[in-house]
Amino acid sequence: MGMATLKTGQSEGSAARSRPLWPWAASLAIFLLLVFAGTSAVRAAGKVDVEAQKWSFNGVFGTYDKGQLQRGYKVYQEVCASCHGLKLVYYRNLGEPGGPGFSAAEVKALAAAVQVVDGPNEDGEMFERPGRPSDAFVSPFENDNAARAANNGALPPDLSVIAKARDGGPDFLYALLTGYVDPPAGLELQEGMTYNTVFPGHQIAMPSPIVDGQVEYDDGTPATAENIARDVTAFLMWAAEPKLEERKRIGFQVIIFLLVLAGLMYMVVRRVWDGVPH
Amino acid sequence: MSGPSTYQPQSGFAKWMERRLPVLGLMHSSFVVFPNPRNLNYWWTFGGILAIFLVIQLVTGIVLAMHYTPHVDFAFNSVEHIMRNVNYGWMLRYLHANGASMFFLAVYIHIFRGLYYGSYKEPREILWILGMIIFLLMMATAFMGYVLPWGQMSFWAATVITNLFTAIPLVGESVTQWLWGGFAVDNPTLNRFYSLHYLLPFAIAGVVMLHIWALHVVGSNNPTGISVKSSQDTLPFHPYFTMKDGFAAVLFLILFAALVFYAPNFLVEPVNYIPADPLVTPPHIVPEWYFLPFYAILRAIPDKLGGVIAMFASIFVLFILPWLDTSKVRSAKYRPLYRQFFWVLVVVCLILGYLGAKPAEGGYIIAARIFTAYYFLHFLVILPVLGLVEKPKERPPSISEAVLAKTKSKGGDAQASAAAQ
Repeated sequence: MGMATLKTGQSEGSAARSRPLWPWAASLAIFLLLVFAGTSAVRAAGKVDVEAQKWSFNGVFGTYDKGQLQRGYKVYQEVCASCHGLKLVYYRNLGEPGGPGFSAAEVKALAAAVQVVDGPNEDGEMFERPGRPSDAFVSPFENDNAARAANNGALPPDLSVIAKARDGGPDFLYALLTGYVDPPAGLELQEGMTYNTVFPGHQIAMPSPIVDGQVEYDDGTPATAENIARDVTAFLMWAAEPKLEERKRIGFQVIIFLLVLAGLMYMVVRRVWDGVPH
Repeated sequence: MSGPSTYQPQSGFAKWMERRLPVLGLMHSSFVVFPNPRNLNYWWTFGGILAIFLVIQLVTGIVLAMHYTPHVDFAFNSVEHIMRNVNYGWMLRYLHANGASMFFLAVYIHIFRGLYYGSYKEPREILWILGMIIFLLMMATAFMGYVLPWGQMSFWAATVITNLFTAIPLVGESVTQWLWGGFAVDNPTLNRFYSLHYLLPFAIAGVVMLHIWALHVVGSNNPTGISVKSSQDTLPFHPYFTMKDGFAAVLFLILFAALVFYAPNFLVEPVNYIPADPLVTPPHIVPEWYFLPFYAILRAIPDKLGGVIAMFASIFVLFILPWLDTSKVRSAKYRPLYRQFFWVLVVVCLILGYLGAKPAEGGYIIAARIFTAYYFLHFLVILPVLGLVEKPKERPPSISEAVLAKTKSKGGDAQASAAAQ
C-alpha cells in the first residue's frame, strides 16, 4: 500500500497544523455539562434543601481534621452508640492513616473497653471477652427486631455508610442533627415522633439527640450543640469513606501524570501531523 | 481493505512465528499500515477509547470478583469490605462503577457520530448492526452489574426490570419466575446475575472483534462520507491514528480520573448505600443515567406490554436504520435538512433522559409521550421521507480534494493541489 504522497506537503503545512482542537473539546464540554447539569437538576428536584457546610474534607486537597474525628468518635460513643451500630468499622480503623489518628495503645484501650461475644469455646459455649483492635464495632442490639422493640417500633439505622446514603451527605446529617425545632402551630405529631425541618415528612422517631454541653470535650473545644453535631458528622463521614485522604492524594498524582502525558501526546500529535493535510 | 500483508518479519523469532501463525502480520496489517481516511476528526477517536474502557472494566471486574460474595446476606457488606479492607479496593470499585458510566458516555458519542456522518449506510450495515449488538450486551451487563452491590436501588431496579417480562402474554408469569429462580427477586436471582455479569463482557469482547473485523473489511467512514478512492485519501494507522487516538484517550481518562477520585458517588443514587430491603420501596426508583431515555419511553406508554414493546422497539429501530434512511448521501455535512433533524434528535434524547428521571405523572408523562412519539417519527417517517425530498449539497469528488480545498481556503497555495495530482 503506497504511502500517501500528500503526507509531505510543503506550504500547506502551517494551514494543516492550525486545524484547531477546540471545537471538538468545546462540543464535548457542552455535552458533558448538559449531562451533568441534568443529573444534578434531577437529583436536586423534589428534595429538601440543606445548607452546604464548610468541611475540612471538601475540595481537591481536603483532609479530615484528626482532632474533630476524635471528638466525633467521643460523641458517637456517648450519644449515638446506645441505639446506632457502626458494624462495618473496626477498632483498628481508629488508628489507621487518614482517620482519627489514635495511637496503637489508645486503640487497644478503646477496643478493650467493650465486651465482645466470641466463641463457641471447647465446651460449645459462647463467651464474652474484652474487645481487640481486630474486632468490628459492637452493635447495640442483637438484631433489628430487638432494636425496634426497644425504640417504639422504629429501627435506628446502622451508621457505617449513612454519610453516603442520604442526599446531601454530611450536609444533610448536620442539618438533621441541628434541625429540631418546635412543630408549626396546629401540626399534630404522631405518638413518639419529633418535628425535624429536613427529615422527609418532618416527623422523625429519633428525639433531638444533642444539646449544648452534652459531651465533655478534652481539647477545650466549646461543646456547643453545633460543634457536637459538626464533629459527629465529620466522624460519620470518615466512617463511610475511610480512604478519602488516600483517594484524593492518589487522584492528584494520577491527574498530574495524565496532564503531563496529555501535553506530551499533544506535542507528538502536532509533530506527526505536521505538514500533513487532513 | 487491508489487502495482502506487507509485513516483513525482521527477527528470527518473528520469521519462525510468521510461517506458523501469522498473528504479527495480522497486527501489522490491522494496526500499523491499515489505511484510514486522512480527514478523520476527533469524533472518530471514541472507538479506540471504547476498546480501552472494555479492558479497564474487564481487569477491574475480574479483581473485584475475587473479593465479592454473591449472596443476599453478604453482597452489600462484601462490597464495603472491598472498599475498606482490600488493598486499593476502593479504587478498583470506583473505577469499575464509574468506568461503566464513561463506557456509556463514549458509546453514545460513538453512536451519535455514526448517525451524523451516516456510518451505518452501505457498505457498513453489518458493522453497524454488530455495534448495536454490542450496545445491547452492554446494557444487559451494566444492568446486572448494578444489581450486584445489593443496595436498595439494586434490588428495586432488578424487581422493576424483571417484572417487565410478566407483560409477555400467556407465559409472562412463568418466564419471570424462571428468570428469578423463585417467586421474587432473591438469592438465586443475584447468583445468576453475577454469573451472567461475568460472562457477558467476554461475549462483548467477541462481538467487538467481529466489529473491528467488519470495520477492517469496509474501512472507516469519514467526515465527508465519500468513499476512499485512492491511496491519496488515506494515511497509515500508525503513527497518525495511534497517536491521535492515544491523545484523545488521555483527555478522556482525565475526565474519568476526576470522577473516580473526586466525585466517585456523583452518578450513584445515595439510596443504593442502604442495604436491599424487599419490604421498603424507595420513593423514586430510577435507573442509572444511561438508561433514562429508555426508561422514559417504557413509562410513556400507558399499557405495560405496550411500554415494553416500545422500549425494545426504540433500540430495534436502530438495527434497521440502514434501510430506513433512503438518502444515498452519508455525511450530514452535505445534507442541510438532515443535519437539523439530527440535532433535534439529540435534544429529544436528552429531554427523554431528563423525563426518565422524573416521576411518571402529570406533565412529565404527557411530555414523555410527545417526545417518544417524535423519537419514532424521526426514524420511521422523517428519515425515509428526507432521503426523497432533500437536495444534498454538492460533494467534493474525493477525500483528498476535500482536504486540499480546505487547506487552500485557509491560506495554502496552488502547490497543494499540485501535490494531489
